[in-house]
Order: sequence, then C-alpha cells, then structure tokens
Amino acid sequence: MVALAAVFVFLAARGADGLHAPRSLYEPAAGSFWGYAGKLLYGTTFAAVLAMVIAVPFSVTLALFISHYAPRRLAVPIAYVIDLLAAVPSVVFGLWGARTLASTTRPVQEWLSAHLGWFPLFAGDASATGRTLGVAAVVLAIMILPITTAICREVFQQTPRLVEEAALGLGATRWEMIRLSVFPHARSGIVAGMMLGLGRALGETMAISMVLSASPLVTLKILTSDNPATIASNIAANYNSEDTRIQTVLIATGLVLFLFTFVVNFAARWIVTRSNRGLA
Amino acid sequence: MSATAAFTPQRGRSRAAKDRTATIVVWAAFVVALVPLVWLLATTIASGASSIDLDFLTHDMTSRLDPVTFKQLPGTGAAHALIGTLLVTLGATVISVPIGLLTAIYLVEYGRGRWVARTITLLVDVMTGIPSIVAGLFALALFSYFFGLGTRMGIMGSVALSLLMIPTVVRSAEEMMRLVSADLREAAYALGVPKWRTILRVVIPTALPGIVTGIMLAIARVVGETAPLLVAVGAVDVTNKNLFDGRMMTLPVYIMSQYRTSTPSGYAHAWAGALLLIAIVMALNLVARLVGRRFASRTGK
Repeated sequence: MVALAAVFVFLAARGADGLHAPRSLYEPAAGSFWGYAGKLLYGTTFAAVLAMVIAVPFSVTLALFISHYAPRRLAVPIAYVIDLLAAVPSVVFGLWGARTLASTTRPVQEWLSAHLGWFPLFAGDASATGRTLGVAAVVLAIMILPITTAICREVFQQTPRLVEEAALGLGATRWEMIRLSVFPHARSGIVAGMMLGLGRALGETMAISMVLSASPLVTLKILTSDNPATIASNIAANYNSEDTRIQTVLIATGLVLFLFTFVVNFAARWIVTRSNRGLA
Repeated sequence: MSATAAFTPQRGRSRAAKDRTATIVVWAAFVVALVPLVWLLATTIASGASSIDLDFLTHDMTSRLDPVTFKQLPGTGAAHALIGTLLVTLGATVISVPIGLLTAIYLVEYGRGRWVARTITLLVDVMTGIPSIVAGLFALALFSYFFGLGTRMGIMGSVALSLLMIPTVVRSAEEMMRLVSADLREAAYALGVPKWRTILRVVIPTALPGIVTGIMLAIARVVGETAPLLVAVGAVDVTNKNLFDGRMMTLPVYIMSQYRTSTPSGYAHAWAGALLLIAIVMALNLVARLVGRRFASRTGK
C-alpha cells in the first residue's frame, strides 16, 4: 500500500518533472520567453478576474436564494439545475459563446463602446464579429458560476440554525439576519469558493480559444477585435505546430500556468485557515 | 461588535425597505442566472437536433461512395468521435479506478494520521486544481520522452484524463468508506477476520454504491474535457479503434474542429455533436444519481 502511495507521489513528481525538463530545450531567445509568458499570464489573469467580477455577486446571491429565500420545494430542484450547468462540457459553452452569445450581444457591445468609451475597459472600436474578451469573460463567468454557487450554498446552509433564530428573535429582518449571522459565518467559505472558481477560470481553455482569435498582448480594452490570449488558449491554438521547439515552449508556458494556479490554490487554502482562526 | 451597533433603534420603515430590496435583488439574480442555462440548452437542441440522424451516428468524416448513385459523398458523421470518446474514456477509467480506489483504501484504513497520508491528501488536493490543459501537456511531455516529440496516441488522452479523474475518485471513495460504521469493522475483527478480508468483504461492499456513483460522476466530468484531448490525442477524420496507434477523434475535439471549419455544415455538425455530448453527460449524471439513491435506500433499510 505504501508502494502504491510511492507510485502516486512519483506520478505527481513526474508531472512536475516532465513539464520542467523541456524548459532546458528552449534555446532561441530565452530572454524573451518571460516576456512571452508574461503577456500570456496577463491575458490569463485579466480574463479570469473579469469573469470573477461578473460571477461572484451572482453566485453569492444565487446561493443565498437557494439556502434562504427559495421555497423549500423549489430549492432542491434549483440546486440540481445549477449542478447540471456544471455538467455542460466546456466546448459546448465555447460553441454557444462564439456562435450565439457573441452575435446576440453585439448591439450591447456597440452601445457600450459608443457611450461608455471613456471607461478604459470599453475603449476602442467595437469588434464587428462580437467575439471579444468581454463575451469570453461572460462565458467564463457562466462556467464557474455552478462551482462557486455550490460552495457558497453549502456554507450558507451550515450557519447554525440557533444563531439565525436568535437574530430573528431579536427583531432582525431577514436581510439583517443574513448580514449579521450568515455572512460572518460563511466568509471563509465564500473566499474558498471564489478561489476555486478563479483556479478554474485560469485554466479554462476552450471558452477563450473558441470565442477569441487572440494573440499575446497587453490591453485593457475588452470590446475590440484585438484580444489578449491566455496561456491555455495559446496552447490550444498552437499545439499542432510542426516545429517541436514551439511545442516545448508551449509546455513551458503550461508549467507557468500550473505553478500559477498552484499558487492561487495555495493562497486560497491559506486565507481559509487564517480566517477560520480569526473567527474562532 | 458590529452586531450591537446594527441593533440600535432605527426607523423600521428603512429596515423593511432594505429587506425588501434584498429579496428582490436575490430573486432577480436567480432569474438572470437561469437565463444562460435555458438559452444554451434551447440553442443546442434547436440547432443540433435537426442534424442528428442515422447517418450522423454511423459514419465518420471520410468521404464515401453512395451505393446507389456512385457519387462521392462528403463525410457527415461523428461515429469515429463517438468510438474515440468511448475508448479514451474507458482507458482513463481503467487507469484511474484501481489507483484511486487503492489510494482511498490506504487513506481510510491504513494511513490514518500518518504523514504519508497527509502528504497524499495534499497531493490529491493539488491535483484537483490542475488545469485540464496542463494534464494534456503532461501526457504529451511524458510520452514524447519515450517516443519522441510529435507522438499522438489515444492512450495519451487516457493518461491525461485519468490525471483529472483520480482526485475525484479518491475523494468520493474516501468519503464513502469513512461512512462505513466502525461497528461493522469491529464486528468483523471480533470474528477474527483479517484486515484485508474485512476491507474486501465488509467495507467495500457496503461503500460500493457510493463509490460507483463517484466513479460515474468522475467519468461524466472528464467525458466533456476537450483541451487535454486536443493536445494529447489530436484529431482525425477516420475511425481509429486502436488506443495505441496514432491520432483518434473524440467528441469534444470533433465539436471543436467542426467549429473551426467555419462552414454552415461544420457548424451544424458541431451543434449536433454538442447535443450528443450534453446528452451523454446528462445521462451519466442521472444514472449515477439513480444508482446512488437506489442502493442508498436499500442499505439504509
């Protein structure tokens, strides 16, 4: 059994090893690799953060709806439907985002860029196809919504019933009860859920690579046709290259992504343990 | 404390108004969040259903001769992708179920509290966070180490997928086996049954329904994975039934590559594939839940 554990450890170590080794193969212009990876990393983070900004308020209120607002009879099927959303494969989201959402929201995007163009995010000319980072971020947000909602819902439901009843008994309205008893109790759980969602958004490939035709660049504009690529979408776009050196570069960027998500996940765990201690 | 501050006398009307606003906001968020799901499903069904027929399910994308008119017909089907998905997923299951199950057994029965067990738990947690495309790259790196760069095999996809499956399997199996009551185990020990036999004959059978559910949910999770397969397995138009020889087509990659053709027929194929994939994933989910519920009620009695 310990031998099996050793195999398991070996597998993980091999993963780091296998991703690490080709990096030494990467010779041409090693100095620019970090610039290359940095730009991709920027795109990755930017898209994920945008998605989070959209998804977080929704998932918190949605979880609240399921745990405290919806009639008991409705809550269970709704939770089930949200879980089903998590089961929809990412290619289908990508397909839907590129074919349906992009063209449907084009008027909205044009309006935003025409009237709110002073805002850095909406600056520049709106893309003619509607396939922009903004749409990709919305698709990403929809994709991470189920997982963040599920986690928030769980921690909301774990609020001690007695504390809730006590708050209500002191004359608090339902909203005050939630603000004073549910939120403080669930804070670390919410953060953990957000971080998990962020980790997922960072590594998501298909939604970005299908919606966008992207290249590694740094920009704040989310409605133009020049869109920053993410590490994952860049790999998906170029994996088929005949040049084996490009493949090793891609593997190296994959390693960067791996380490980055690892750091994010680790930070999430750290935050959770810290805030748990603060509550106790 | 903020609690005492908030309970100082306020005008009741503004509090009630705040409460009402919150209620409305929460309900509105729910409705808005439901929109994409309904929209997505409706679009997929509307655009996909018309293209799914016997032709689609039984042919691959190679062109063929029409037996009646002897005209060259373009490829119209996803049969090769279905077969590929089936084989690759099967391979992933075969790899990850034993590893995942044995790891879970070790964690629950043997390694309780030991640093090895803690390390494994940490590793499993870390593996849960692996971006799927990194898993594909790992398989690519691993196999190119042995077979040279540019190798593409179905089994590579299986390896990549199993990397994503193992944590899920370990997690669910572990949870289920922890639920097996200590009374049952101790009763077996008291009868003089050795530990391995207790695990094999008492713990596993009791936890089996839960484990099966967990495995099926894990399969449902990886069936729709695109990125690792795209990277590790590649895409072809012909049916390839050999996991160890060359590129294979899988359903998610099929959707992707049909979408990339940017032609009306390509889009139609992509939607049809998407509908098929959603149906498969949903069916797996439903069956898993049914299995779980069926057996749960049986053992519960």
